[in-house]
Amino acid sequence: MSAPAQRPAAADAEQDSNLIIVEDLIKHFPIRAGLLRRQVGAVQAVDGVNFAVKKRETFSIVGESGCGKSTTARLLTRLLEATAGKITFEGRDITHLKDAQLRPLRRDMQMIFQDPYSSLNPRHTVGKIVGAPFRIQGVSPPGGVKKAVQDLLAAVGLNPEHYNRYPHEFSGGQRQRIGIARTLALRPRLIVADEPVSALDVSIQAQVLNLLEDLQEEFDLTYVIIAHDLSVVRYVSDRVAVMYLGKIVELADAEALYSSPMHPYTVALMSAVPVPDTRRRQQRERILLSGDVPSPIKPPPACRFHTRCWKAQEICRTKEPPLVELVPRHQVACHFPENYPPNEAADLR
Amino acid sequence: MTTSTLRDMVTRHHGQPDQQPFLEVVDLRVHFPTDDGLVKSVDGLSFALDRGRTLGIVGESGSGKSVTSLAIMGLHTRPASEQTRPGAQLSGEIYLEGDELLGKTPEYVRGLRGKRMAMIFQDPLSAMNPYYTVGHQIIEAYRIHNPVNKKVARKHAIDLLGRVGIPEPGSRVDAYPHQFSGGMRQRAMIAMALSCDPDLLIADEPTTALDVTVQAQILDLIRDLQSEFNSAVVLITHDLGVVAELADDVLVMYAGRAMEYGSADQLFNRPAHPYTWGLLGSMPRFDRPREERLLAIKGTPPSLINVPSGCPFHPRCSYAARNHGRSEEVRPELDPVEPGHLVACHLTQIEREAIWEHEIAPKL
Repeated sequence: MSAPAQRPAAADAEQDSNLIIVEDLIKHFPIRAGLLRRQVGAVQAVDGVNFAVKKRETFSIVGESGCGKSTTARLLTRLLEATAGKITFEGRDITHLKDAQLRPLRRDMQMIFQDPYSSLNPRHTVGKIVGAPFRIQGVSPPGGVKKAVQDLLAAVGLNPEHYNRYPHEFSGGQRQRIGIARTLALRPRLIVADEPVSALDVSIQAQVLNLLEDLQEEFDLTYVIIAHDLSVVRYVSDRVAVMYLGKIVELADAEALYSSPMHPYTVALMSAVPVPDTRRRQQRERILLSGDVPSPIKPPPACRFHTRCWKAQEICRTKEPPLVELVPRHQVACHFPENYPPNEAADLR
Repeated sequence: MTTSTLRDMVTRHHGQPDQQPFLEVVDLRVHFPTDDGLVKSVDGLSFALDRGRTLGIVGESGSGKSVTSLAIMGLHTRPASEQTRPGAQLSGEIYLEGDELLGKTPEYVRGLRGKRMAMIFQDPLSAMNPYYTVGHQIIEAYRIHNPVNKKVARKHAIDLLGRVGIPEPGSRVDAYPHQFSGGMRQRAMIAMALSCDPDLLIADEPTTALDVTVQAQILDLIRDLQSEFNSAVVLITHDLGVVAELADDVLVMYAGRAMEYGSADQLFNRPAHPYTWGLLGSMPRFDRPREERLLAIKGTPPSLINVPSGCPFHPRCSYAARNHGRSEEVRPELDPVEPGHLVACHLTQIEREAIWEHEIAPKL
């Protein structure tokens, strides 16, 4: 067989096209109590996450509150330091870089935040906010900072004459654009966006989603998008990872994930999304999950979803299902996946 | 809107034109005087709602959805005199089964809250009192309207908590709001709102802060309770998906006014107002692969101090130019385009249907 011989070469090519690789990433927040502040437990926010993001792709992480998606975003951008695991950015291990070593990295990696009100300093003008990355990094763009800032404002659809205005003079959507202009200042390669549109009204949300798409094209960007809105995720993503209680339970191309979800949690999550179509109201079959998400301080053993899963068997309580590629480009961590084997594979037999 | 078209909204469900709707809002105006000028949060809004039906009020922030619901519940601060702290200036009429509420004393309206009408607020943490247990807060409302002793009321509270899906209601009844998760708090608040089986339930963004799985549970719960008690429900939301799921009728609001009103079927399958088209086009679709870019609405929602003249939507409307300046000058009336389907727009019916069919529908 020739396949094994080719594999290393193919793997190398894959390595090259990956911008950021995450291996066995773990973040536990210690809980301390008592007089001596001894550690009595840990919030297992992210617990063994593996994925790689390719250049120029949009990779999304979805999940409910408390699943660890925002923590993952903050680990990627090194706003938090991982408890264990490895993050490789452009072939370089950045997991435990010191502050001084991180600074040059921040040029290549920027973040868009959820709340356009708290992420802009109210005492600074737009010019100062968007120009800050140049000052901090000691970069003097050709034509001067002011011109660069005005170009950026124009690129995100704001009036360059608003240079001297303050954030409170802008609406939520415009503020989000200011934040986006700031992230673009140093021409980053990776943008991690944590719920970039969830604070915005529907009509403004569409404007910002279209803007992000145009900018990706224009600036050759790679996006990691953290979101809870499954409709937005379907619209923007190339690939999607679904997280539940600190672990990735499913990872696939967006279309494959939405057309044939395999993990029962993904299936339940998708069945719960309200669809703006009255004709479907009758036909829909909704899977109602019982109870709440368990505490990440003491997550259930083995498969973490077994306490709420309607397919759970004994094995789900005793043996943790690994995240495996059941179908090409479709990874699932489940003992009893849905939509498997896929119909077309059955036809081949 | 004339009273006759308002009656239209209701009569199509009954065929009895003279019957009084359960809830009727006529030309409601809620204005707030501020240092910068008069904020016209709601400016001439009329609608009607019957028992057993759900009205979805849709709109973006600042469209006046919540201000409307607070006006119905009598929760706006009224200015005591010209000199004191400015409150809301309300005008118009609100009828609850023929009983006009705006002219009544605050004490009278307070007596209606709980039993006749109740409200589910968006943020359960600030709507509950952190000093009292959840059970205490449910019992309090129940005992005001029902002459029962504490023991019976407590049993009722436990029942309700169980009904809304709180695990171990017998012990949870003595928990404080902070001991509940977000979803449980929202459910507890729903239990509180439902404790006296209200005839009118106003749910203001009841699921916005919640995850989809919890949202699905809450929507099911509202649906079940409505069919059980035949309540009238006003569901306020910005999520068209939630509206399609739950509402019988839909009112689309923009800048404090009604832009379009119709059955959910009409609104989603034959929307007639350019703003409604914009909302539908702005939504990424969950239920099918993407084909087109989102049809975003240009611009931003207007200031409610300087609401644009004529049709408030005209600066953002792609079709305003077709009306030869009328959009800038004349405020369009909410007129019927088909039975029970009302639209405030200057486009002619022929233009509207052509635009919907050829330009909008294929791209949604």
